[in-house]
Amino acid sequence: MSTPTATHNRLSLEPALVRRATGDSFRKLNPRTLARNPVMFIVEVVTVLAAFFWLKDLRQNSTATNAFAGVTVAWLAVTVLFANFAEAVAEGRGKAQADALRRTRADTMARVRREGSVLDVPSASLRVGDVCEVGPGDIIPGDGEIIEGIATVDESAITGESAPVIRESGGDRSAVTGGTRVLSDFIVVRITSNPGETFLDRMIALVEGASRQKTPNEIALDILLAGLTIVFVFVIVTLQPLATYSHATQSMVVLVALFVCLIPTTIGALLSAIGIAGMDRLVQRNVLATSGRAVEAAGDCSTLLLDKTGTITFGNRRAVDLIPVGGADVSALAEAALWSSMSDETPEGRSIVELVHGTYFMSDALPGEANLIPFSAHTRMSGVDVAGRQIRKGAGTAVAAWTESLGVSTPLDLAGVIESISLDGGTPLVVADATRVLGVVHLKDVVKPGMRERFAQLRTMGIRTVMITGDNPLTARAIATEAGVDDFLAEATPEDKMDLIRREQGGGRLVAMTGDGTNDAPALAQADVGVAMNSGTQAAKEAGNMVDLDSDPTKLIDIVEIGKQLLITRGSLTTFSITNDIAKFFAIVPAMFVTQFPALRALNVMHLASPHSAILSAVIFNALIIVALIPLALRGVHFRAAGAQAILRRNLLIYGLGGAVMPFVGIKLIDLLVTALGVH
Amino acid sequence: MSGNDVLQFLVLVAALAVAVPFMGSYMARVYSGSVSRLDRVFRPVENLLYRVSGVDSQSEQSWRSYATSLLGFSGASVLLLYGIQRLQGLLPLNPGHTGALSSPLAWNTAVSFVTNTNWQNYSGESAMSLLTQMAGLTVQNFLSAAVGIGVAVALIRGLTRSRTGTLGSFWVDLVRGTVRVLIPIAVLAALVLAANGVIQNLSAPHVVQTVAGAHQSLPGGAIASQEAIKDLGTNGGGPFNANSAHPFENPNGFTNLFEIWLLLLIPFSLAWTFGVMSGRRRQGAAVLTAMTLLWAGSALTAMALEAHGNPLLGAGVTQHASATVVGGNMTGKEVRFGAAPSALFNTSATATSTGSVDSMGDSYTALGGGVLLVNMMFGEVSPGGVGSGLYGMLILALLSVFIAGLMVGRTPEYLGKKIQAAEMKLVAIYILLVPLFVLVATAIAISIPSVRASLLNHGAHGLSEMVYAFTSTSNNNGSAFAGLNGNTMFLNTALGLCMLFGRFALIVAALAIAGSLGRKAAVPDSAGTLPTDTPLFATLLIGVTVIVVGLTYFPVVTLGPIVEHLITHA
Repeated sequence: MSTPTATHNRLSLEPALVRRATGDSFRKLNPRTLARNPVMFIVEVVTVLAAFFWLKDLRQNSTATNAFAGVTVAWLAVTVLFANFAEAVAEGRGKAQADALRRTRADTMARVRREGSVLDVPSASLRVGDVCEVGPGDIIPGDGEIIEGIATVDESAITGESAPVIRESGGDRSAVTGGTRVLSDFIVVRITSNPGETFLDRMIALVEGASRQKTPNEIALDILLAGLTIVFVFVIVTLQPLATYSHATQSMVVLVALFVCLIPTTIGALLSAIGIAGMDRLVQRNVLATSGRAVEAAGDCSTLLLDKTGTITFGNRRAVDLIPVGGADVSALAEAALWSSMSDETPEGRSIVELVHGTYFMSDALPGEANLIPFSAHTRMSGVDVAGRQIRKGAGTAVAAWTESLGVSTPLDLAGVIESISLDGGTPLVVADATRVLGVVHLKDVVKPGMRERFAQLRTMGIRTVMITGDNPLTARAIATEAGVDDFLAEATPEDKMDLIRREQGGGRLVAMTGDGTNDAPALAQADVGVAMNSGTQAAKEAGNMVDLDSDPTKLIDIVEIGKQLLITRGSLTTFSITNDIAKFFAIVPAMFVTQFPALRALNVMHLASPHSAILSAVIFNALIIVALIPLALRGVHFRAAGAQAILRRNLLIYGLGGAVMPFVGIKLIDLLVTALGVH
Repeated sequence: MSGNDVLQFLVLVAALAVAVPFMGSYMARVYSGSVSRLDRVFRPVENLLYRVSGVDSQSEQSWRSYATSLLGFSGASVLLLYGIQRLQGLLPLNPGHTGALSSPLAWNTAVSFVTNTNWQNYSGESAMSLLTQMAGLTVQNFLSAAVGIGVAVALIRGLTRSRTGTLGSFWVDLVRGTVRVLIPIAVLAALVLAANGVIQNLSAPHVVQTVAGAHQSLPGGAIASQEAIKDLGTNGGGPFNANSAHPFENPNGFTNLFEIWLLLLIPFSLAWTFGVMSGRRRQGAAVLTAMTLLWAGSALTAMALEAHGNPLLGAGVTQHASATVVGGNMTGKEVRFGAAPSALFNTSATATSTGSVDSMGDSYTALGGGVLLVNMMFGEVSPGGVGSGLYGMLILALLSVFIAGLMVGRTPEYLGKKIQAAEMKLVAIYILLVPLFVLVATAIAISIPSVRASLLNHGAHGLSEMVYAFTSTSNNNGSAFAGLNGNTMFLNTALGLCMLFGRFALIVAALAIAGSLGRKAAVPDSAGTLPTDTPLFATLLIGVTVIVVGLTYFPVVTLGPIVEHLITHA
């Protein structure tokens, strides 16, 4: 089975997808469906009207006029079909993913604890609060929370990630998703959602676009498009009396053709496809947004709250340097650090081994039987007893207390080294044996590569980044400086985080954040864009308005970029659609009246062959431009991080000026073709 | 165009450049209620007015309350003005013994002056008594202008205030605008005009014997004072039928240029006021730039067209300038002004919703007349009427931001205020309502044979005459193309309705937008915010005005001026 999130080549329109979308284009002609889209709905209505008048006049007019009217009506109908096709293609991708997801939702049996006994019931009959037992190899019957046990779970059906994850009761990793499979061990799960409302169900509905609602910005844009459409209704309706006054009464088909060319059909046809494709781009990156509103808000965000650990830094402190103190030799320090870390399986311990191997080329053969001293909360040290030496490493104060208890004095330069490491945002780990303090291992939070550049990009887009960390202000400042974030919140509690969000929002800014723990839930709910990690708790997932299936907090930045790209695409195509009108006017209006006023030939700047070919070419251009722009609507306008002024200049040039100039060329070419084929 | 024509244009631009910053800042102080040295003069007058009318000058109004006060006040003004016209025969200051106006004409005129349109279906010297001119029409010239500025200021407040339900007080704005802005400047301007030959008296008409031996009746009147506010308040309703072409209203080249300056003064300055009141002068500068370029473009085009001459005049007419010939298309123009300066006057008057004329638009070249028409079709925003020009342009800025703002990847905002569905609905109504009135009314009127009979010309020029009348009234300009006899029952009523809706439907929409924006919190600017204070945005604003508003009129402009032009040049 292909996983629903497997990325596919975005621009290849698979034959199956096209076949399905073509069928849907006709199904969507149903006026009740089309009424959701005011612009295309009215195109359908006037096309029917034009067809009626064409049929009525069939016997009266000349053959040439009939043929012209017939072809024009046909192309008007094609315009509606093309618009439907755009939406159907965008939905089609989601539908294919939904089908794949549905297959994983195969009905399973659940073992439910009821009235003291365990019953086998179909998973579809589970209700919130039911408690189920799930063993190795079983499919988890519904969304829930582990109340007993620990297990490895294969979540590839949802995330596409094949490595199993650990889920356990209590803490922040207790949530399980229906449709995933337990690989080992035995857990007891309390069901937290009813059938039809599970995560999988919501995911299917989302990718399918079934629960798609218009976003606030789409509604506002719809109002503008409807307004323009209404005013053009009046422009056309009032044109006939003016034409009659000028002794140039127009045929109904020509008036409808002018009308359809003038109203913003391009953006009207592509608007919903742009929205669906935007959501789809998120799904491609394994992020599920519960509403289009959240995607729009992501584009508007001006403050990103980023957790230090896992987002900005790798999360594991790594040894980066060895600094001897009290005149000790660096190789003695390296040897002691290596020996004391040989059997230390923590990431920090391993990083010390790697550092010593890599920098000091020391063999890792221990000089005899080693006795490992594990870390204890009491001594706050760990170490090894080997070859008669006691080697310890730990926090500066702990190690100093130990050496002093043995009558060893603390070297004078130790305090200075510890302080400079702390100031640098690192953690000093002091290494000593029973005879002297050898030196300090510099452990450091390593900032992920490329973060500084990304934050700089965000800054040019006007987005402020705030690093959230539990570290002390000194360490936090050092890492914040290194990573290049704009601000940081040190020793952050959930309340501090909440206060920060409220403060930013109070200043009118929109805030985006990621979170996974239950104590993140209020902040996730408060933030304008709250991205919950899929590995997080159910509470966090409920509170946020997006879920990242990969649990990769860095993705917040991608989400913001997708939101911006969605809005840019919408704006660019709106501008394009409106500026297109200039050329269409120059094609159609002179053509309408040139018989009565031959001097109007001067306005035929495109030198179109005849009035009929001019009108038909404009109508055909108007229909074809929809299809031509479908790939752009689905892919989104090219987005590059830059300041608003630069982006505006670029897009105004391409879509504003280009939208004004391009149709002159397009209509001319179609006119040549239409004339050559003699179809008018 | 001659060197003199270009020089006049440049002198005008320079005089505006000097005056606009001063005037703009002054109005910002007036409407912010700042303490001023002039308080000693104005405060007692204002306080007296507040006491007499029972206005609490400290309390502010919501947009609904502001709009209700405005509509109530304007409704009362219409009734009062209607009454004066109907009863003027019984009232004093009637040296010419003029009788009552007919009911449809009195209604049309009352609406016309209260809506700042000043469309005149009557002839001032014969139809109106001095009392009606001074206490009726001139008073409305002040008040309708003050109302317009008040709405613009309320919209500025809505844009710049945060999370508030109030937009200031209609009554305070009305009083302050009249007492501190319009009256003092009108007084100064009247003195300048009178000093340069505009008449100012209360005399009955003088009957004189002309050189040729005929008898001519020369009217009197307080013309300089009326002329000043006619231009300053972008009203345009002249005391004489010939308007600023009449030598008693506009005697020479200097007064001509001065009147042009006067009618452009407040509309341009208000853009500056917007910059000062919003605390972002560059925002005001962007709006000012867009207004200036639209105005200068149309003025220079019409000046060049008229100076070039009219092919309809035929080979027998010399249109080249020489020592003895003014040159250009001089039909319907005054020799003392010349063709290009006349075009400068009329383009400025149509671009400001003033509607006064110093030459007859009907005898302009086809495209020259088309420029006058298109100026009004843009919705009177270049720079538009006092107040209405600014609020119209700001609403176009909201539309521009909405269309293009998405292109920077954020939902649209202007001055930090998010433009959402509620505002978009009102913006769409504001921008599309007037084209709709104009087109529907023109289509109906031109389809009725009896109304077509009011047209002087037929064919394309006749269409221009008809569409000009409805464009002028719906946009509250008031200038007449001439060639259409508007004093019929149908036209008086229809044009009156166009003026009423064109004024008050838009004012209510503008105030509702102000109310909706005022309630919102402002989003702080960042590098990701669409910059609305740059030359690029000014260009965008012009583009949206021309494309979105202009295109709705393209078919009718094609069938009118463009067809006429192409036929005459074919």
